Amino acid sequence: MRKEDIIICRCEDVTLKQIHDYLEKGYTSFEDLKRLLRVGMGPCQANTCGHLIQREIAKFTHTSVEEVPVHKVRPLVMGVPLKKIAEADGEKHES
Amino acid sequence: MVKNMKVNCLIIGAGISGVSIAYNLAKKGMTGIHVVDKGYFTNGATGRCGAGIRQQWATEMNCILAKRSIEFFEHAKEILEYEGNLEFKQEGYLILATSKEEHDQFTKNVKLQNSLGIPSKQVNKEEALKIVPHLNPDSFYSATFCQTDGHLNPFKMTEAYYLAAKKLGVTFSFHEEVKSIDVLDHQIKRVHTNKEVYETERVVNAAGGYSHEIGMMAGINIPVYAENHEILATEPVEKMQGPMVMSFSKNIYCQQVPHGAFLMGRSHKGVLHNHNVESTWEFLDHMSKTLVDIMPKVAELRVVRQWGGSYNMSPDRQPILGDTEELKGFYMACGFSGHGFMLAPMTGLLLSEVILGEKPSIDMETLHINRFKNQDQIDQEKSVV
Repeated sequence: MRKEDIIICRCEDVTLKQIHDYLEKGYTSFEDLKRLLRVGMGPCQANTCGHLIQREIAKFTHTSVEEVPVHKVRPLVMGVPLKKIAEADGEKHES
Repeated sequence: MVKNMKVNCLIIGAGISGVSIAYNLAKKGMTGIHVVDKGYFTNGATGRCGAGIRQQWATEMNCILAKRSIEFFEHAKEILEYEGNLEFKQEGYLILATSKEEHDQFTKNVKLQNSLGIPSKQVNKEEALKIVPHLNPDSFYSATFCQTDGHLNPFKMTEAYYLAAKKLGVTFSFHEEVKSIDVLDHQIKRVHTNKEVYETERVVNAAGGYSHEIGMMAGINIPVYAENHEILATEPVEKMQGPMVMSFSKNIYCQQVPHGAFLMGRSHKGVLHNHNVESTWEFLDHMSKTLVDIMPKVAELRVVRQWGGSYNMSPDRQPILGDTEELKGFYMACGFSGHGFMLAPMTGLLLSEVILGEKPSIDMETLHINRFKNQDQIDQEKSVV
């Protein structure tokens, strides 16, 4: 199957060919690829493409998959600790 | 023992300001320019910004910087020979006044903007509703509109400068963090990072949220600090809004980007001065209520993600550009207070002129750090979110 026909990110229609092209250009972390190709910015928040891209980065950089950092998880996909809700006070900003 | 690297100019920070300064210096013929950044590509404020470009300001300097920057953006793709899509659009900023007092202030702002050649105008409620029909007519008093304001993709714009600078011989290293700066007899001598030692007589502080820390390493106390400003993106939808809608009094900016998603941000009163860029549910709570108030139709969209980024705040909400009297070879491009992306073309041009000892394209004395020595002459920017 041709690389340009393999969709890696289904939310933003990004192909395996595009991933490989940007790896070649030197963008070798998920965060780099996300900013230039929009992978992981869609509604699934990298739940589909995250592991696939991690594997491609590992292959390209000759590292093991476990060593490739996963992308930053952003709300609202993330669970909210009950404590944070209980502590919340309209005007106070906790870091 | 690794040999120290010799460079003519070390730029700290590869965000939009750093890459623009690097490009402008290289274009003027300087060689030996190196840019270091502590993170990945556009990890800092540039990659976290709201992607808006506007000229509707309340201070003369911000107006001039913004206008001339937009004139560059209009031709950036050709000038920088960028193959990608910058997603540049000029469908305006519509800024809402929500009271008679704000309306009167905007009358003055528009007069200043027009005197500087910025084509903004004050519009009444009916005219504003023609520009953005889904505005809640009861939520505002009047508005100002400038057609040539608009949108630009921050990642692509940064990449365009980055690639053009590389083509001119500028070198870059990412994931490299500056740890200390050596000074001798009021002159920059050396910069130590976690990976290299650079022998250099010129350092440019374009470190965004970390500008204060970089200043302190060189012994210069720059009156800036970082604070988190949050933002969110919705699911992409068919085009329904041309301009950015903004309100200082309602504390919101909100635009639909060419991709189809809406981006919206607001500031948080009392936010701590630090490098936190995490998301809060309070932001989501306040944002959702503001949106239901001014644009209920947009509030029906689903939130996809939210994030935060550091504003580098200066006392008058205007950038600090130029050199210092105290330390030779130390240059600053910081304190943009949330607007460094849209002013970057002028930042790069002016800093390159200062560094090379050329006459600046505009009189930029009022942006020099010295202005804070005489506090009562400061022209405070009030048109900010």
